[in-house]
Amino acid sequence: MPALPSASGARAARAPHRVALFVPCYVDTLFPEAAKAVVAVLERLGVGVDFPREQTCCGQMHVNTGYQHEAVPLVRNFVRAFAAAETVVAPSASCVALVRDHYAHLAARAEDPALEREVAALVPRVVELTEYLIDHLGVEDVGASFPHAVAFHPTCHSLRMLHVGDRPLRLLRHVRGLRLQELPRSDQCCGFGGTFAVKNADTSAAMLADKVADVIGSRAEVLVAADNSCLMHIGGGLSRQRTGVRTMHLAEVLASTEGSYA
Amino acid sequence: MSATGPERVELPYLQAASEALQDAQQRRNLANATTTIRAKRAAVTAEMSDWEGLRSAGKAIKAHALANLGHYLERLEASVTAAGGRVHWARDAVEANAVVRALVRATGTREVIKVKSMTTDEIGLNRALAEDGVQAIETDLAELIVQLAGEAPSHILVPAIHKNRAEIRSLFVRAFGLAPEALSDDPAELAGAARRYLRERFLATGVAVSGANFAVAETGSVIVVESEGNGRMCTTLPHTLISVMGIEKVLPRWRDLEVFLQLLPRSSTAERMNPYTSVWTGVHAGDGPQAFHLVLLDNGRSRTLADEIGRETLRCIRCSACLNVCPVYERVGGHAYGSVYPGPIGAILNPQLRDVRRDEALPYASTLCGACFEVCPVAIDIPRILVELRHRTVQRTRERSPLPVGSAEDAAMNAAARVFADHRRFEAAQRLARWGQAPFVRRGVIRSLPGPLAGWSAVRDLRPLPRQTFREWWRSREAAAGGHGGGSGDDA
Repeated sequence: MPALPSASGARAARAPHRVALFVPCYVDTLFPEAAKAVVAVLERLGVGVDFPREQTCCGQMHVNTGYQHEAVPLVRNFVRAFAAAETVVAPSASCVALVRDHYAHLAARAEDPALEREVAALVPRVVELTEYLIDHLGVEDVGASFPHAVAFHPTCHSLRMLHVGDRPLRLLRHVRGLRLQELPRSDQCCGFGGTFAVKNADTSAAMLADKVADVIGSRAEVLVAADNSCLMHIGGGLSRQRTGVRTMHLAEVLASTEGSYA
Repeated sequence: MSATGPERVELPYLQAASEALQDAQQRRNLANATTTIRAKRAAVTAEMSDWEGLRSAGKAIKAHALANLGHYLERLEASVTAAGGRVHWARDAVEANAVVRALVRATGTREVIKVKSMTTDEIGLNRALAEDGVQAIETDLAELIVQLAGEAPSHILVPAIHKNRAEIRSLFVRAFGLAPEALSDDPAELAGAARRYLRERFLATGVAVSGANFAVAETGSVIVVESEGNGRMCTTLPHTLISVMGIEKVLPRWRDLEVFLQLLPRSSTAERMNPYTSVWTGVHAGDGPQAFHLVLLDNGRSRTLADEIGRETLRCIRCSACLNVCPVYERVGGHAYGSVYPGPIGAILNPQLRDVRRDEALPYASTLCGACFEVCPVAIDIPRILVELRHRTVQRTRERSPLPVGSAEDAAMNAAARVFADHRRFEAAQRLARWGQAPFVRRGVIRSLPGPLAGWSAVRDLRPLPRQTFREWWRSREAAAGGHGGGSGDDA
């Protein structure tokens, strides 16, 4: 990796940070470049990164499809993997929302008081990437450079479950060379919805068609979001229709130093 | 003219939704209507500095009323009776219809006029009255349109949202026996044609049936909120008024209306105040109906109330804000849901109110995008209840199955859970998947997948699994750094 431009002055004044990275199962398997980008951004900002190898999956697919009992071993595994971490950072609003909104209930349903206590202790320490950068580090300029026309899709779970608001946009506005294109009806769901995409395939496809049309309407070269799951769905449609529009995780843009002269 | 609409053979939800998706006209109508109302609702709620406070108050009042429902219903009965009305209790649709039929029969009328009401649609009252040879005439313009078309409402508040002006014009020409050149599709002309038809009915009919938006236990007052004034005609002109209300509509005190008369119009029609709010309390000699009957309907509500997670569904005030923001409803429309309650609220209400296998598909008809919860004026956590109902569907499917697992999906989910429970099995599965994908990769992309995943690959490409997972990269980086993480990595 080439030398990076100095990021925010804020980081030097701070005590060293150390986080454990949670890489959702499908990101680990399908989109490793997004997780590598998270590592690059955090290390550039002086944050030490651990990756507890015991981690697998938060259990969202199971919970959202109705398999709550089956998700409990995954909750146990998650809690065990991150028990020692001071802060857990994940590049997925969707998975963080699952942990925040459902873990307590799942532990209670499992009638396991010890697990309930462990969940209660861990959940407040699990944060989404943009929450971590802005709220914990106080950084908006991460020293990135990405000279392209970009449209940003604010995913439903980041907007309406985590309420991250404009945090991702504040980060993107500081990326050198980046031209932010307006995405019409950006707060509309793309139609992914996990197993919804296969269980309600026609409705999901109809929603995807409208989202793809809006992305094309934005005249962006790259569609960016802070969740690879929605991007896998929208990107799959953009690719099938040969639109030429690429998809990238927000972390990849923040890690980019393309066209940088520093 | 059909009084009640034909009995339809109900398609399973998924099939009905797929057919509805093919209806370009309906999709355009729905997209236009929901986009407009969404923006208006957002504007009239944003202008209120205390909107979130109102939502909390609405939620708290409803939760309190539901937690003490028996008390407030008895109080309501006493207040209505003291004001000269009569209260009837109905366990289900059959009992409620029997009560109304007996009351109507006693008046000797062949025709009743109706105030727009979801509850009477829920129990199929028009059809029940038709069995006695009594014609029920819908007086809400949109309800009249769907009744004349022989259809069911497709939206709680805007029953004919799936129809446009041109479709309504040809319907009126046919139903009112007009010459085609006598009516244009100008909204004012269309409303005029309906008005001429309805005015005659208002003046000639002696019995009206309504629902209720609210009923106040303290005073015995029943409240209907509407836009057209046709409801007001029905509640004032006839000599007999019969109101059918779900037991969850009761409010403890008169002053509680202050909260709900702000929440409801802004959430439903996106108006600061609705044009007509009709309130009646028993009967008054020489003024308005001289006989008033209130039918209190359970029809699955007590069972829903007993459920710790599902009970908050009963806070619903039928504003339909959740329908208007729902991306699934916007595309499949109301009829696919197979109930008078469509959209997100229907997806959680129907499976709880009635025990119908078809409804098990409804909680899955959502991406869990959360737009419904965000706009709900009584803060019903619809996504959470959807997830809970999915859990119950899995349990029930398992109970019905003669096999140890409920379905192929169940078996797959169980296998996945075992894999994810231990990182070593997960890592083995990652390697296996990379190896197993080979037959599906064509020129660096997956364009076709087998089995249930075919629905995915029908419209989406999938990138093949890369040569290295993140965790493999991380290990190689740690090894290069001498067994410790945190060193500068080679991004290769």
